[in-house]
Amino acid sequence: MTDRVINWFKYASPQTFYPLAGKLIPWFWALAALFGIAGLVIGFLIAPTDAQQGEGYRIIFLHVPASWMSMFLYLVMAFWAGIGLAFNIRLSGMMASALAPTGALFAFLSLWTGALWGKPMWGTWWVWDARLTSELILLFLYIGFIALQAAIDDPRRADKAGAILALVGVVNIPIIYFSVKWWNTLHQGASVSLTKAPSMAAMMLWGMLLCALGCWMYSIAVGLMRVRAIMLERERHTDWVRELLAGKE
Amino acid sequence: MHWNSFAEFLAMGNHGLYVWGSVVVMAVLMLAEPMLLMRGRKTLVARLKRQLRAEQAETLANRSASRQSRRNTPQE
Repeated sequence: MTDRVINWFKYASPQTFYPLAGKLIPWFWALAALFGIAGLVIGFLIAPTDAQQGEGYRIIFLHVPASWMSMFLYLVMAFWAGIGLAFNIRLSGMMASALAPTGALFAFLSLWTGALWGKPMWGTWWVWDARLTSELILLFLYIGFIALQAAIDDPRRADKAGAILALVGVVNIPIIYFSVKWWNTLHQGASVSLTKAPSMAAMMLWGMLLCALGCWMYSIAVGLMRVRAIMLERERHTDWVRELLAGKE
Repeated sequence: MHWNSFAEFLAMGNHGLYVWGSVVVMAVLMLAEPMLLMRGRKTLVARLKRQLRAEQAETLANRSASRQSRRNTPQE
């Protein structure tokens, strides 16, 4: 049996991960399109009107997946950054750097769709309430991480500095998640949680979960595309990149 | 199907501006990101290839120059 176990450490080297990632990207794009279209069809064409919010509630199919992704990508980014810091693995630092822009994108989209949802429902684009403010801090953490890494020329040192920032910033994630419970906020409580049955119609829930899955697949596809570019750039003096470049005409 | 007409779908119960404003911005950004990545990759590969060729040309030039200088040194 032991000889059939896949050696996962093999894939920790950029040289073996690069072609593997290249093969996986089209599949994740296909899944992203599939889940995204299914979720949007259910959300925008089939799901019923919300009793309280009318049709405006349909922003939920974009807002919730974007918000979940912005928080989850931060955790994944901090995880890779921490692994890189602890074990000094080249690939982990590259993974963390590859996820940051996509996380920032989703944090921005969460705020944008939230503002467009808040205006008709609360009568304001923005309030300095716990949920909104902590999500804004998340966007600033992503931007800070990207700016810090961009300011340091040596990639190894940039990884280390970024990792410390990312790990310190993790404290913000539970604050975002539990802000609606801990403080009296304008933002509504969670419609879906791990501990109790979701408080929404089945079709709404399906639309939202499928859109969220689509965003997951999108993030993986885009993350793999970006990590491949980072690999080429950082490993440009190694033999495997030279051979790759020489072979590509 | 939830809607009776396309106009009703577009109106989103008087919340059209907010709903479609969210959809359009999200769609544009989520299309722009992979497109920028693809373009960035193309320019990166071209740049790395150029650097590699320049490096190889330089080593070749160095090698022939050192051969030349060895030939020019008078033998004892």
